[in-house]
Amino acid sequence: MLATVKEMTDAGVLGLNQRNAEFIMRLNPRRLYPRVDDKVLTKKLALEAGMAVPELYGLISSQGEVRNLAEIVQDRESFVIKPAHGSGGDGILVIAAQSHRRRGSYRMINGMLMTDSELKHHVSNIVSGQYSLSGNRDTALFEYCVKFDPVFAELSYQGVPDVRVIVYRGYPIMAMVRLPTRASDGKANLHKGAVGAGVDLSSGKTLKGVLGNDVVDEHPDTGALIAGLYVPHWDQILQSSARGYEVTGLGYLGVDIVIDRKHGPLILEMNARPGLNIQIANCTGLAHRVTRIDEIFDAKADPVTRARIARQEFAAERQTALPLNGAV
Amino acid sequence: MTLRYVYALAALLTAIGLSMFVYKWQVLGFPVTDNQKTPIWTIETSIHFDSGPGSIKANLQIPTLTPGFRTLREYNVSKGYGFSLNYVSGGREAQWAVRRSDGPQTLYYRRVVYEDSGSDQSDTTPPFPPPPVINEPFKTAVEVIVSDVQEHSADTASFTSELLRLANDPSPDANVELLLVDAETSAEFVQTITTILASARIPARMIRGVVLQDQQRSIEPLPWLEIHDGDRWRYFNPNTGDESLPDRYLIWWRGSEPLVRVEGGSGVEVNFAVQKNHLDSIAIAEQRAAMEQSRLVDFSMFSLPIRTQAVYSVLLMIPIGALVMVLLRNIVGIDAFGTFMPVLIALSFRETQLFWGVILFSLLVTLGLSIRFLLERLRLLLVPRLGAVLIVVVLLMLVISIVSHKLGMETGLSVALFPMVIIAMTIERMSVVWEEQGPANAIRGGAGSLVVAIFAYLAMGMNWLEHLIFTFPEMLLLILAAVILLGRYTGYRLVELSRFKALAGN
Repeated sequence: MLATVKEMTDAGVLGLNQRNAEFIMRLNPRRLYPRVDDKVLTKKLALEAGMAVPELYGLISSQGEVRNLAEIVQDRESFVIKPAHGSGGDGILVIAAQSHRRRGSYRMINGMLMTDSELKHHVSNIVSGQYSLSGNRDTALFEYCVKFDPVFAELSYQGVPDVRVIVYRGYPIMAMVRLPTRASDGKANLHKGAVGAGVDLSSGKTLKGVLGNDVVDEHPDTGALIAGLYVPHWDQILQSSARGYEVTGLGYLGVDIVIDRKHGPLILEMNARPGLNIQIANCTGLAHRVTRIDEIFDAKADPVTRARIARQEFAAERQTALPLNGAV
Repeated sequence: MTLRYVYALAALLTAIGLSMFVYKWQVLGFPVTDNQKTPIWTIETSIHFDSGPGSIKANLQIPTLTPGFRTLREYNVSKGYGFSLNYVSGGREAQWAVRRSDGPQTLYYRRVVYEDSGSDQSDTTPPFPPPPVINEPFKTAVEVIVSDVQEHSADTASFTSELLRLANDPSPDANVELLLVDAETSAEFVQTITTILASARIPARMIRGVVLQDQQRSIEPLPWLEIHDGDRWRYFNPNTGDESLPDRYLIWWRGSEPLVRVEGGSGVEVNFAVQKNHLDSIAIAEQRAAMEQSRLVDFSMFSLPIRTQAVYSVLLMIPIGALVMVLLRNIVGIDAFGTFMPVLIALSFRETQLFWGVILFSLLVTLGLSIRFLLERLRLLLVPRLGAVLIVVVLLMLVISIVSHKLGMETGLSVALFPMVIIAMTIERMSVVWEEQGPANAIRGGAGSLVVAIFAYLAMGMNWLEHLIFTFPEMLLLILAAVILLGRYTGYRLVELSRFKALAGN
């Protein structure tokens, strides 16, 4: 049932304790956390660095402003509401359309209608800090709802799939595509039931998927094969992720990118404590890749160079050669 | 670099903690286990007399040097008397004095002692006694006996033995009989022997003491013989001549002085009573530390008021719970709500007992959670909603207590001991997780918290551990060292071995 410690070490699996002690605490100084924990700040910094982000429609940062909600979303057919200090996708609400027949009601991506007062309650919950990491008062962000690239249409059940790239000291070292499922309620967070599919860094081709802690070959809702898809704009995705290092200063970083039909890759958010399930999705431990980067690390390399080196270094031939049902 | 500091700090903490522990354990004799009780004896001397018309002064011989025993405390009970302790030739004297008194009087002197074979109190070496002035015909008899005994002995000890053997001979020779004919009591007998020994220039004195048994009333002091061989004092049984001391013989006073002298009173009666008790070895160790003037104990838990001590005996177990928490979360990898919530729940399990604790906790959280879901529909703002949950929790606790009381189950009453704020926060957190990550995650987190609480309770409930930590709070430094070391544990968590097993084959 259990793997032995030696097997895990040989496979280069990174554990939570090691991630916390050796990567997050060593490479991510706490003073830099606001840059990723505050989505408003992240957006601002990313824009300044010339990275593409979803357009910001408006902010609500106090209970009194909640009544301005209608004004902010007036001309927007679809939009996303997020807590600025949320974590793990909590509190994010995606409105797919405003109902035309009934004024003041909103259609969520799962098709359910939401009344104006329900929406305001949600926003006021965000503002009062229900979803904030610290429990302090928070700001609700209203932003562009991404129209995702059709390449993943077969692999998503409502919601927006995104690409998560782990960036170590500025070098992308592992990536996966996160595919929403019925269980994840349209959200792309693995712990909510989304499927994660590993991506070969050199080619941008998807590998097998992981659901929970198990390897899967097909999307649980659509039945489509997960492996073998090419993620579009792959070069740009890796370069944007690598640039996340300069923007945040964090040495161990998770960059979440969505691919918009019209605008291409957009930085959704960045994470100072990216999860470890990406290792299962890629059937590869992070530790060996980290060691490799430490060997070739070059402080003067620019993001484009670093993305190129990552494509050269981390080809996934070894993983694609594995049997589909994974290791037992 | 950091790692080296961590190891150094942990080693330092361990060294400090262990050395304090060993010092208190080995040198001061603090007991490592709980059931170490030491017998103590309370010896009470009561003096009864009728007061005369004038002022009264009562002197009582009291123990000074007590080989084989240590004194815990001594005190006197006497109403309206002035009390003082004086050093006199034979040892110490307690003195009571009063200007005027009426009717029968009783004075008490109590001494509490415990056995300590290591208590070998040295006495001063006495000068050679001057030859006693003895009148004829006794003088000649003594000289004959001394020269006779000297012939049959090699040193002071064998001289004494031989003398006592002669004196106790059932058919004594004429000289011995002459000397001992007036010795009616054994005290007088011993007194005569010391006189003969003094003639042989052997320092000797009578000692009187009590043999301590479990419970005794009206014991007579037992006379014994003590001689000095130029090196140390030796004890002889005056009735057999054997060199020995009776078991548990507490020497009360030395010399030929009477036990009590009362001036201004009549009809004096003295009574010895002994009571055996058992006392925590801790009290004794403390006393010993106080005598050795150890600063370590001045700052120990035992200097606090008893009620505060009781609080600390519980509080000191929290670090144990924290250690369990760290182990289960960072080494095993169990999910739990709130960092220390399970430890606080475990604390309340101490009052409710485990079985009922688990039942009541589950009941409270389940009910609270269902009401919290009803509240969700009201769309309350965060802080008012938390307040509402807290009020609901308090009401639920009340209802559970009342219902269980009506049903005759008194254990239900102990639900009031749960930390309600913590429970309210747990319910709130759990309901949020329930909605956002599904019931499975919420229940897993709740069950994880309960499991951690149970383990913490079991660890914190170990009596020997509680005693150990309470007696040796420096053990907490060891726990601190352990937690610091665990803080640098970067190996896999146990659950990760299952979580990443798909990767292991590669």
